[in-house]
Amino acid sequence: MSNLFILGSLITPGIGLIFWTTVVFLLLLALLGKYAWKPILNAIKTHEQNISTALASAESALNDMRELQSNNEKILAKAREERDALLKEARDVKDSILAEAKIKATKETERIMASAREQINNEKNAAIADLKNQVASLSIEIAEKILRSDLSSDEKQKALVSNLMKDVNLN
Amino acid sequence: MNSKYYTSFKSPFILTLLLACFMLFSNSSFCNEGVQQDSAHAPEATLSQGHDAITEKAHDPDAPVDIAAVAFEHILDSHSWHLWGEGHDAVALPLPVIIYSSTKGLQTFSSSRFEHGHAEYNGYRLHDEEILSNDPNEKIYDFSITKNVAQLMLTALILFLLFTSIAKAYKNHGVTTAPKGKQSFFEPLITFVRDDIAKSNIGHNSDKYVPYLLTVFFLILINNVLGLIPIGANLTGNIAFTFVLSVITLIVTNVNANKHYWHHIFAPPAPKALYPILVPLEIVGIFTKPFALMIRLFANITAGHIIVISLVGLIFVFKTLWISPVAVGFALFIDVLECLVALLQAYIFTLLTALFIGSASADHNEDGVHNDEDEKAPVKH
Repeated sequence: MSNLFILGSLITPGIGLIFWTTVVFLLLLALLGKYAWKPILNAIKTHEQNISTALASAESALNDMRELQSNNEKILAKAREERDALLKEARDVKDSILAEAKIKATKETERIMASAREQINNEKNAAIADLKNQVASLSIEIAEKILRSDLSSDEKQKALVSNLMKDVNLN
Repeated sequence: MNSKYYTSFKSPFILTLLLACFMLFSNSSFCNEGVQQDSAHAPEATLSQGHDAITEKAHDPDAPVDIAAVAFEHILDSHSWHLWGEGHDAVALPLPVIIYSSTKGLQTFSSSRFEHGHAEYNGYRLHDEEILSNDPNEKIYDFSITKNVAQLMLTALILFLLFTSIAKAYKNHGVTTAPKGKQSFFEPLITFVRDDIAKSNIGHNSDKYVPYLLTVFFLILINNVLGLIPIGANLTGNIAFTFVLSVITLIVTNVNANKHYWHHIFAPPAPKALYPILVPLEIVGIFTKPFALMIRLFANITAGHIIVISLVGLIFVFKTLWISPVAVGFALFIDVLECLVALLQAYIFTLLTALFIGSASADHNEDGVHNDEDEKAPVKH
């Protein structure tokens, strides 16, 4: 009988506990809902959003970096190309300058040589002219001297003339 | 979806009930022996209140121990919080008695006035933890802060302080730092309830039910665990507690039910001739779901406690120390199992609550289609 009574009280909800459970549970639900679940759930949600945005931004940063890297490589390749072009140009310029200088130098040499030759010629002609003048004056002097001394006899005149003629022919 | 869960939980549920009944009646045989022998010595011993019964035995070492009485003392509610010791050496916290009497109105006094059922106070006496009036015309409503109520308030306070401190931790440390300490312990549980219980069963508008589900889950869990401790109260194994939670689930489910739900009940997709059978069945179905919730939690927790106490009680029944390795071994095994059951039952109660809400507020007519879609949804994230 005692056990049947206990079984009865086991499966019969007591009014007191029903009342207190209702009160305490609803109070707990309201208080936790306002002061705990709302801030916690919001924080977890923002936390998760932060994580996902952080992951996304990390990925985009990685992509940016990759892009940057490939850009860098492109720029580097371009710079190398430019350098090569510059070097080639410089080499060309050097060659052309050298060639030009060579041509100029040859021309100058030729010009100098030509002018030197001309000058030598001129000098020679002047010297010849001078010599002719001197020869002429010398012959005149000689003629004078001869005329003064030995124009009395015919033979002597003839010898003199032939002698002179010999000299003339030599010139 | 619905039926799947039912079949998977039905068998352990029935098993537990059977086990509970078996233990109850097997104990009653011990008890009857005790009653027969005791009645010769002292008729009052048949009151079989836990420490009373043991006190009587303490004087007579040959009399059998009434294990059922001891078991029920641990399972049933009490007006004082028994801590340790038996009989006259027992240390118990007296709790406030609050009764509403039809003749005397509201009355409050300490339960220590009853001296564990040995004394009367103000025309009231305590019999099997029930307050009775000496006046047969007086009707009494017992609103006492019993052991269960005290533990309920204590756990509510613990939960409030715990989760507000966690909320404060989120506020102080901000959302940019990683959670630590109790924050990191409870965050997975909270997200589990939110995602795997609420979202996967209710769907896209699950957010407004999450606070209710979280409160139910943690209140049941902490009380299941405290019930396992010898001085803890068996609150979740008390049918009044599970009754209130089921009624709230019933209300939440039906208040938020959409027209598909009501359409399914009052105009089920069946020939009109079957309506006289189907409609009453569907209406009964509204109440059987929360009723099953109520019985499931109550029976699981109570059965576990009865098993543990009965196994320990074997030592006293056989009156030999040699049985103790077996008894303690089995009791330990059941205790470990109970730790699992404590978590499992809190999960199942919350899960089924979410399932009921989900099936009542599902967008589509066919629950199966809806739930399948919602289960896939979290995977996409």
